[in-house]
Amino acid sequence: MIDQNKCETCPVHNTGNLKRLGINMDKFDFVVALSGNPNTGKSTVFNNLTGLKQHTGNWPGKTVTRAEGGFEFNKNRYKLIDLPGTYSLLSTSTDEEIARDFILFGQPDVTVVVVDATRLERNLNLVLQVLEITDRAIICLNLIDEAKRREIEIDDRALARDLGIPVIPTQARQGIGIPELLKSIEDVVTGKFICKPYRIAGSSKGLTKAVENLTEKVKNQFPGLPNARWVALRLLEGDQKIIDAIRSGEISGIVKRNSVEENIVAV
Amino acid sequence: MTAIQTNEREKLIASANTLRWEIGENIHDSIIETIYTEAAKIANKAVRVKEQKKKYSYDQAIDRIVTSKWLGFPIMFFLLAVVFWVTIEGANVPSGLIASLLVDTLHPILKNFIASVGIPNWINGVMIDGAYLAMAWVISVMLPPMAIFFPLFTLLEDFGYLPRVAFNMDNLYRKVGAHGKQALTMTMGFGCNAAGIIATRIIDSPRERIIAIITNNFSLCNGRWPTQILIATIFIGGAVPAYFAGLVSAAAVVGIALLGIIFSLVVSWGLSKTILKGEASAFSLELPPYRPPRILRTLYTSLIDRTIFVLWRAVVFAIPAGIVIWLVANITIGETSIAEHFTNWTDPFALIVGLNGVIFLAYIIAIPANEIVVPTVLMLTVLVAGIAGVGSGSGVMFELDSVADTSAILHAGGWTVLTGINLMLFSLLHNPCSTTIYTIYKETKSVKWTVISTILPVIMGFAVCFFVAQVWRLIAGS
Repeated sequence: MIDQNKCETCPVHNTGNLKRLGINMDKFDFVVALSGNPNTGKSTVFNNLTGLKQHTGNWPGKTVTRAEGGFEFNKNRYKLIDLPGTYSLLSTSTDEEIARDFILFGQPDVTVVVVDATRLERNLNLVLQVLEITDRAIICLNLIDEAKRREIEIDDRALARDLGIPVIPTQARQGIGIPELLKSIEDVVTGKFICKPYRIAGSSKGLTKAVENLTEKVKNQFPGLPNARWVALRLLEGDQKIIDAIRSGEISGIVKRNSVEENIVAV
Repeated sequence: MTAIQTNEREKLIASANTLRWEIGENIHDSIIETIYTEAAKIANKAVRVKEQKKKYSYDQAIDRIVTSKWLGFPIMFFLLAVVFWVTIEGANVPSGLIASLLVDTLHPILKNFIASVGIPNWINGVMIDGAYLAMAWVISVMLPPMAIFFPLFTLLEDFGYLPRVAFNMDNLYRKVGAHGKQALTMTMGFGCNAAGIIATRIIDSPRERIIAIITNNFSLCNGRWPTQILIATIFIGGAVPAYFAGLVSAAAVVGIALLGIIFSLVVSWGLSKTILKGEASAFSLELPPYRPPRILRTLYTSLIDRTIFVLWRAVVFAIPAGIVIWLVANITIGETSIAEHFTNWTDPFALIVGLNGVIFLAYIIAIPANEIVVPTVLMLTVLVAGIAGVGSGSGVMFELDSVADTSAILHAGGWTVLTGINLMLFSLLHNPCSTTIYTIYKETKSVKWTVISTILPVIMGFAVCFFVAQVWRLIAGS
């Protein structure tokens, strides 16, 4: 037992158990979403894990649709979804909506947020928004080599402690840190690691109450809608799109469109 | 949906409205504000930046040059010109090799083989002279330039140059009421308009996105470069002393490409002042760090993802087009073929705009793929002008070995320098290819915008060609 534990901490062990499945994603056990700001290396991480050759480009907005691929790790089969890069989840362009709707309604088992280590503060805006709507997330702190080049040092353990989720430093272009990322994904989806995501404090009592009140109503109206709380919050903010989606009943359609089982393979 | 359901939903929306009033603060802004302050707080705790001397001055130094007010555009044109020049020069030899293999060698073998197993002549014609030759032409004309152009372009992209192009052009596009990111989608259009149109997804505002979609066609695409180059070499290069010819014809092609950019700006301006009124929305464009391109990786992905993918699509469209060409050239009504009927009928009108009926027909047949315009034009010219002894018989799509041969045919068919110039202009300004039209429909889900994007460039093409023809004839006096 002890020996095995030693093995598991060794990176070689982890990549040894990685089987890149390409576009073969039948009978997956877990769904992993890859999100992050534009141009942080999501597609590079995606290719690294799936063995696919999704085109990567050094410019923001390269991925405008979501790509899907599979991998097997320690006998578990994973389906990995590469989402378009977004700065926030509150926006209106098509590519950002695709990302947002999937994290919200696609119910991934874990969302890996790829973060540019050289631009941590701006990237954290998205991380915090992701943590508002999901319990299970991992930060893939990418481009640490570039951060080093610019003499930026990041205390990843402090970050992990503050955010309540695993933070894995990586250099995806060189494949560094990918084994640790895999291990972390496994820990989170199997419940070995329980995330205690940091939630934005300071929302007033009145607001909290109003959100709770409205969430109930949304749940009554649309039973089984994941993230009813988020929908309630957007309603409260007066988001016209959400209001329209409620009015037409299309809100359940969004959920259906994003449910993973029905997806067309788009690589 | 029942009335009760609708009612319940309205109630839900109404109670949201009431609650919003009760809370009374701007929820959206306060949430965003909280997120920003919290993000800053957490980041500050985790990040330690050492005393910054001039550490990343390397990136900034490059940016200062490539996005500078005076050098930005010249560098951009220079880089694009180098990419195109390398593509044009490098593609010539392999194109010739593939053509001689597929057309000169394999074609007669296939034809004889099919004839020998006793398959009727007309099937042989449709399949081998039509479908097979169309496919062979598309492969030999498209594969080499794409195999050179895409990796070069991808290297620029991987290095991080594209956002700088957008940065340079952004101001121009904003001034005409369009989105700055349209500069990026326009650049993508130089490779393939369909790809450029999919790329418009990065534009948030639907108004600006439609503008970007409609004007993407003004970026000369891969399928149209060969036409531009060939016609420029024959007519523009042929009109000046030989030692200038190469330079002048290259300049003519770059000129047409620039004209396309100007058109895209003018049309964007026109649209944003009329049917797509509105303010340009602000956006922040991140200039990513320069990264050393991974050359092998780039070669692989650009060859597989782009070259083979685009080529395959072109072949799929070219095969039926080849069949159509063969049929219109070989089915006769009375004594003349359908092709000749059409060209005779449209010639009077075509001549007014400085083109001819052959070019019209070629463009109609070549809607599926722009790269088959030139071979179709040549084949039809031979037919109509009744030149004997060239090509391999009526209705056979062929490429002549030398520019001089092509030139002789076109001149015999009554072509002038004006026809050449107008063909280049018309090649820039005409309807998008069928793949692009389909992509426009898929992206906009609107018949109206698809039709506008298709018709508008054609109308402009006729107008511009008409104008040029009139001015030309006034000056030349004929």
